[in-house]
Amino acid sequence: MATLLRPDPTFYPSPRLAIDSPPETLAYMVTFDPARQSPDALLTVDVDPNSASYRQVVGKVEMPNVGDELHHFGWNACSSALCPYAPHPHIERRYLLVPGLRSSRIYVIDTKPDPRQPKVVHTITPEEIARKAGYSRPHTIHCGPDGVYVSALGAPDGGGPGGVFILDHDNFSVKGRFELDRGPQELAYDFWWHLGYDTAITSEWGTPAMVENGVQADILLAGQYGHHLHIWDLPRRRHKQAIDLGKEQQMVLELRPAHDPTKAYGFVGVVTSLADLSASVWVWYLEGGQWAVKKVIEIPAEPAEADQLPPVIQPFKAVPPLVTDINLSLDDQWLYVSCWGTGELKRYDVSDPFQPRETGSVRLGGIVRRQGLDGSGPLNGGPQMVELSRDGKRVYLTNSLYAAWDEQFYPEGLKSWFVKLESGADGGLKAEEGFFLETEQRAHQIHLEGGDASSDSYCYP
Amino acid sequence: MTQTLWPWLALAGLGVYHGINPGMGWLFAVSRGLQERSRRAVLSSLVPIALGHELSIVVVVIVVAVTQSLLPPHTVRLMAALLLVAFGVYTLARPRSHPRGFGMRVGVFGLALWSFLMSSAHGAGLMLAPVLLGLPVASQFTDLRQLGATAALAATVHVTAMATTMGLVAVVVYEKLGLGLLRRSWFNLDLAWSVVLLTTGAVTLFTA
Repeated sequence: MATLLRPDPTFYPSPRLAIDSPPETLAYMVTFDPARQSPDALLTVDVDPNSASYRQVVGKVEMPNVGDELHHFGWNACSSALCPYAPHPHIERRYLLVPGLRSSRIYVIDTKPDPRQPKVVHTITPEEIARKAGYSRPHTIHCGPDGVYVSALGAPDGGGPGGVFILDHDNFSVKGRFELDRGPQELAYDFWWHLGYDTAITSEWGTPAMVENGVQADILLAGQYGHHLHIWDLPRRRHKQAIDLGKEQQMVLELRPAHDPTKAYGFVGVVTSLADLSASVWVWYLEGGQWAVKKVIEIPAEPAEADQLPPVIQPFKAVPPLVTDINLSLDDQWLYVSCWGTGELKRYDVSDPFQPRETGSVRLGGIVRRQGLDGSGPLNGGPQMVELSRDGKRVYLTNSLYAAWDEQFYPEGLKSWFVKLESGADGGLKAEEGFFLETEQRAHQIHLEGGDASSDSYCYP
Repeated sequence: MTQTLWPWLALAGLGVYHGINPGMGWLFAVSRGLQERSRRAVLSSLVPIALGHELSIVVVVIVVAVTQSLLPPHTVRLMAALLLVAFGVYTLARPRSHPRGFGMRVGVFGLALWSFLMSSAHGAGLMLAPVLLGLPVASQFTDLRQLGATAALAATVHVTAMATTMGLVAVVVYEKLGLGLLRRSWFNLDLAWSVVLLTTGAVTLFTA
């Protein structure tokens, strides 16, 4: 792999310095075919307002197979390469690692020499992942100081346990599973870390068998989807603590630790509560050597008539907000919360993490509301994957969750869109006029050229 | 006089080089200071880092001295040369190897161990082998105590130069410059270092 004379210019020692990075000019977005007939794709979208092709798809990489269900993805290297205990400052941020959540393949896509038209250069096979790590259904990718970490929903047979495995930085071979001692942990979904505290956090969704055929009412009503956080000793790769949010808190998904490595807290979204269909955001924090959690945001369900609702939620006569993604600005000041059911993106001031204050909101789509933008007509789906620029001024949104679940909550067929919002210094949030891109396939995660608010981690404050 | 002075200068010079290199320890010291918000944490981190580095050097110094006392000089040179070349090739093939299982919160012992492994993996001690061959270590020693004293002195000259440089850089970066400087000034010397290892190996070989 190529090395550089100086550190990659997109690496920043601290989030404070990364905020001053130049604005992104390209966004990478994965799209998938829910029918699994045509190959999924990585699209390059021009997000430079000064460019003639602004707001247009300017590149497309088709995967060499069909039926991957591209979902989340990440970089081979990022700012964590500057960490002092395993420094690799001259590695390049160059390859996007793009897992197929259904196929368990991971594509290695080279963004050079032409960042607009990257190329698939290598495929990590499901067999290698199964043989060396015992996992399948790779999900979240984070570039760590000493390797690329990947979470996986479960075992190759569709059961548990799910967990985390590690890829070699240089040749992308599977090095093995992360957990030397997994304790009681069985379910997996997201993971991230507090590098300053040698601590990793993992969250829980369900095993492949529990999620691949849609949300299963019996499992849900029995409170059997994930409701724990797990705390790990990162360098020693051992389970330290399980934190139960309560059985009624179903599906504990996206983890957003504070970017500042000296801060020992972070935010996690819970999709729904069995008590009242509300969704919530919790803070985890370090207190006297133990980690604890506290619910800091609760978003209530919105009442609706049964005939306005898809069969899966008709009995409840309400639209659950379904918090499916959250994102935290690099200055740890602002939290963005996607309500995929009610169709809303909320913005909170979290400068005091225990007292979030809602300062802005944009309505888009929604199961009942179908809120459109100027000239778009009614939209379905809702704000889902949310990505944020490093300076915190621009928010990018797509509206698909997961093929099997899209059909349940938007059974008429989810039409995919990609929008950009402006995030004002005053706490406001509004859609940028004219930025509305419909995609042929379902759009999922977005990452920004050079890094964004969920791509990098830092060892220095 | 110059005959006996140059190895000592080389030992000190390599120490300065290791002191400036962020990967050898000052960056770790600064990060610990930033995490604790304390300059004391920066300075106190330098002690275990220097000790770990010293240990890595001492191992080589002792091996060289003992080998010199047991084997004919040209055999020792040959061995040192081959080791240097092999190590140079290794650093070319795996430029990003690093010790495993460490994190930001290593204790004092962990930091010393990290420094020992990092210095050894870098070939810091090995690089000193040809320099040490220029020192009258083995030819003049009469008992183990004298051998030990010369070895310790050699390692100490190197580590003192390193620790002084490292401390200076760490404090100046922590207090004044800030880590933004990493982005501009952390030059990639991996290739150059591999070339130096190979060249030194070759020179040692042909002067054997």
